[in-house]
Amino acid sequence: MSETLQRPAGKAAFEVVGTRPVRPDGADKVTGRAAYGADFDMPGQLVGKILRSPHAHARIVAIDASKAKALPGVKAVVTAADFPNLASEIVEGGESASNTRDLSLNVMARDKALYQGHAVAAVAATSVAAAQAALDAIKVTYEVLPHVTDVLEAMAEGAPLLHDDLYTEGLESRPTAPSNVSRRPVSQRGDLEAGFALAEVIVEGSYRTAAVHQGYIEPHACVAAWSENGRCEVWSSSQGQFMVRTYCAKLLGIEASDIRVVPAEIGGGFGGKTTVYLEPVALALSRASGRPVKMVMSRDEVFRATGPNPAAVIEVKLGALKDGTIVAADVKLKFQAGGFPGSPVGAAVMTALACYDIPNFLITGWDVVTNTPKTAAYRAPGAPIAALGVESAVDELALKLGLDPIAIREKNAVRDGTKASYGPVFSNIAYLDTLAAIRDSEHYKAPLGPNQGRGVAVGFWFNIGGESSAAVHLADDGSVVVMSGNPDIGGSRASMAMMAAEVLGVSVERVRPMVADTTSIGFSMLTGGSRTTFATGMAVTQAAQKVVDDLRARAALLWEVPVEMVEWRAGAAHCLDPAKADKAPMSIASLAATAGRTGGPISAQVSLNAQGAGPGFAVHLCDLEIDPETGESTIVRYTAAQDVGKAIHPSYVEGQVQGGVAQGVGWALNEEYVFDAQGQMENPGFLDYRMPVASDLPMIDAILIETAPNPNHPFGAKGVGEVPIVPPLAAVANAMRRAAGVRMTDLPLSPPKVLAALDAARS
Amino acid sequence: MSQLAYIAPTDSQDAVRALSADGARPLGGGTDLLVQLRAGRAKPRAIVDLKRLPGLVGIREESGGFVIGAATSGAEIGEHPSLRTAWPGVVEAANLIGSTQVQGRATLAGNLCNASPAADSVPALVAARAVCVILGPQGRRETPVEALPVAPGRTSLQPGEFVLEFRLPPRPPRSADAYLRLIPRTEMDIAVVGAAVSLTLDADGAVSAAELALGAVAPTVLRVEAGGGALVGSRLDEAALEALATAARAACRPISDKRGTAEYRTKIAGVLARRAALIAYERAGGQR
Amino acid sequence: MSKIHVTANVNGDAVEFLASPGMTLLDALRDELSLTGTKEGCGSGDCGACSVIVDGRLVCSCLMLAAEAEGRRVQTIEGLAQGGRLHPLQEKFLEHAALQCGFCTPGLLMAAKALLEANPDPTETEARYWLAGNLCRCTGYDKILRAVLDAAAELRQARSAA
Repeated sequence: MSETLQRPAGKAAFEVVGTRPVRPDGADKVTGRAAYGADFDMPGQLVGKILRSPHAHARIVAIDASKAKALPGVKAVVTAADFPNLASEIVEGGESASNTRDLSLNVMARDKALYQGHAVAAVAATSVAAAQAALDAIKVTYEVLPHVTDVLEAMAEGAPLLHDDLYTEGLESRPTAPSNVSRRPVSQRGDLEAGFALAEVIVEGSYRTAAVHQGYIEPHACVAAWSENGRCEVWSSSQGQFMVRTYCAKLLGIEASDIRVVPAEIGGGFGGKTTVYLEPVALALSRASGRPVKMVMSRDEVFRATGPNPAAVIEVKLGALKDGTIVAADVKLKFQAGGFPGSPVGAAVMTALACYDIPNFLITGWDVVTNTPKTAAYRAPGAPIAALGVESAVDELALKLGLDPIAIREKNAVRDGTKASYGPVFSNIAYLDTLAAIRDSEHYKAPLGPNQGRGVAVGFWFNIGGESSAAVHLADDGSVVVMSGNPDIGGSRASMAMMAAEVLGVSVERVRPMVADTTSIGFSMLTGGSRTTFATGMAVTQAAQKVVDDLRARAALLWEVPVEMVEWRAGAAHCLDPAKADKAPMSIASLAATAGRTGGPISAQVSLNAQGAGPGFAVHLCDLEIDPETGESTIVRYTAAQDVGKAIHPSYVEGQVQGGVAQGVGWALNEEYVFDAQGQMENPGFLDYRMPVASDLPMIDAILIETAPNPNHPFGAKGVGEVPIVPPLAAVANAMRRAAGVRMTDLPLSPPKVLAALDAARS
Repeated sequence: MSQLAYIAPTDSQDAVRALSADGARPLGGGTDLLVQLRAGRAKPRAIVDLKRLPGLVGIREESGGFVIGAATSGAEIGEHPSLRTAWPGVVEAANLIGSTQVQGRATLAGNLCNASPAADSVPALVAARAVCVILGPQGRRETPVEALPVAPGRTSLQPGEFVLEFRLPPRPPRSADAYLRLIPRTEMDIAVVGAAVSLTLDADGAVSAAELALGAVAPTVLRVEAGGGALVGSRLDEAALEALATAARAACRPISDKRGTAEYRTKIAGVLARRAALIAYERAGGQR
Repeated sequence: MSKIHVTANVNGDAVEFLASPGMTLLDALRDELSLTGTKEGCGSGDCGACSVIVDGRLVCSCLMLAAEAEGRRVQTIEGLAQGGRLHPLQEKFLEHAALQCGFCTPGLLMAAKALLEANPDPTETEARYWLAGNLCRCTGYDKILRAVLDAAAELRQARSAA
């Protein structure tokens, strides 16, 4: 199932890191005790509900809430008028910078509703029924406008304009007229024309993906309580309590330290909970009503008004020599941003060719607003879409040249010393080892049955570091509390405990990791970008190291030796002074018990801005079988190899790989937003938004490559959470190509489409 | 919703009276009704829970056939050994409705009276020539299953009427049925196309009687008489199967929606009819 | 609007509560009985996060009216561990890391419990189809299946030893 290849050279074996202990929050999670966003209540709380635009594009002429306010049980009604009218400002808070004006307008529409489902008002009432009655009683006067949902249509001349102040950035000169294209990032190298002139073979293709949702099973939920002195408290499940604080402070015009955000357990995020939807509204309702307000989204609302990931059109043209050397690449990425600018097309431009060492390339992206919900981050945002195009094109190249799909990638692979397509020079990457792991795997050699095809695809994600804070406190019995500011979305809490235990030399069962609220720990950037084990782990490790240094100092004091004569080993101080050989080792428990006499409580806090996160490379192998009479397909086998540096807790690293694969498979085969002619989403539920179920998938084999530990992390870890979703779209599409004999480029590859393509090829 | 009443009668006449009132809806497994309530698509005044009525839950053998209480869950249907042996198609169709959780509640009556064109259990019941026993203000009446749904979401039930039970006829020897559906995933989806075939073979293994019913390719389930006719007298040779598929396709009047295009549904109807016929034939002991 | 007085048995305890006619069993468990272990993921019976066992049958509690629980025996996740000891399924889930965010876990555990009561020796395929009504977005189901099959083996062994 999983192999860890080769211990890092020169490092002694770890005691805890790399093992598979039961996660510390496990008992609460398997007994239903763990409290998620909707599991919390405050005395006197009201029910908050949002009124949403029925129109995909409309001017909001007037809102009359007078009847609603008068209904029994209705304690507050808010609209955009209850929020400050923010100027455009870029603020760091989420996974990437956000425009707070756009964020505010997305949370509560002001002049225009930009998608069906856009929030236009909110109520707080004493019961669900009263809140619903209040929503029904609010009269909104709309001036319905023409709408556009398709990304190419939104780019075309004469398309309905969403924002009359949107002028495309990144062009050679500022356009004279506004459009729906907010920016056009470009990345280039060499001479594209000369490159294509050299090419002995050229492949060209155009690909499409539909909008997909992160699909977390827990709908957004929060409880907000505003106190008369202007301080407030928010309980919410998000990917970052500090992000919630920053955004709520901005959107409500209050100071950050006046908000205490308490992180609930989170039922999935995948990037979709790196922003706010309900929290500012709940706060505004609480402020207006004087009571706590609880808001929980329905699944319908989650689909209509949060996320999703952009729909996109991808065009790829590759030029290569007959031996498979790629000499030129032209990639065009047109991304749907939803009602406001900010699709991840920039990241897609940066990652599109990151696995390849190509001398001449041009990658162009377009960020296009459409009358669909504002897109939010979804696991390696932008990269899976770009990889669909590039990996399908490389596959076509391999077919055309009669080359093995791994061999052609090895030929063009980046390695240590290669200047990455997005700028930095790679070092300590194990991409070639990852390719080799698939090439040499049993799966790769296994024979295929009838109507089966095998697809290869690779993927890349930068992973980030960023700001994290952590604290390590010793209790007087020597047990350890580790505090950090990062919500645990995939089991990272276990890794924090393991890293601290490793440094302190104690068993992981003695370490209790906690996720702190915004008043109890220093600032931490949110959980996302595959950063937590890397950056927060670094802070935890450094804090634990400080505690060890302090423990040595206490022992030195008690033994009356210089601190250099104290070694910390196996959870105890050992005296190295030969003159004091009678000094027995002092355990962490005994030093903790005497801490009051040797200087006070033993505690350390570290805040840092982690640099040097290791990028992730993944190579995926997918066997797919089609039913040629119906177009149905089955994933029969899947292997995913990934360069992880060092797996702190291998089970949870495997889990990240398997989960990302499953999401990618769903994206490739069945998931899509379907919009009707009115711009209304037709499938806002799990019945017709088809995510993979248990019977849709086989076991997913994860191979963890640890031949190149990250030197910038105390234990060699690289980020692992996002890369797994990058290759599957293309791995499935390439497997489909080999099984069906015809290339399908329009995802999802649902049975009707597959059958139509097969029939077209047969005729 | 604040006007909503919930009644769980234990006497059939009380149930008839309650259902005769304006805005009253019957409750079987609730797997459709509660979804509609939640979505605001159903706004009943009263919900009449039929599960405590005598005879509504349970399966019994009677006069060589089977009687299935209208509110019997799919799970219970799937666990009944002699029903599975006699009517494997009816049972597998009922068991395809939704998830294991839905199976714990979903009923044949609910599936039928919700009148979705794609209801999984209905084609197999039609192919089986099943009959509904209906109770209402005028007393009891019997009607073939296919007479109940008249349009998507509408049945021919009169106010106050509800389905009491389903009757499956006695099964001649060398008979079997099968139901297949096409869905995009492996589970949990509404059928894009459903096909049920029921066959009886004579002593020589030739088809002496056959029924084909199709779901999700018309506003209501289709009983395709020409399909059954195409198989009679054959041993499911290629010509008979092709004639069956042609009849299936010819009968289709599907729509294009987010689950499939009309063209796709028509094609698949032919494919599934063939495959279901082959399975039923093999189950009946036939050898091609 | 008059509420209905419901008496039922939940996790072995006699309970009573008032339910409005349209209230689901899920709402009653969470809001009236404060048993928040059972989750709402969709409210329409498509995700299984609200799975409970009623009179021995695995059901979605969002598809049952609270009033229908009258006189019935309901088992929720809170009743799975007994006397401070985790059920083998719970232990195997932890051992195999069969959960990441944990939101689908209560529903999955109840579904797995019902599976092993109906079929103590399921194949991987049988288990996958039984559990198809429980959506998990984090794990890709691999470790969940391993945990369930491992727990099944352990329970069979315990039964034959007893």
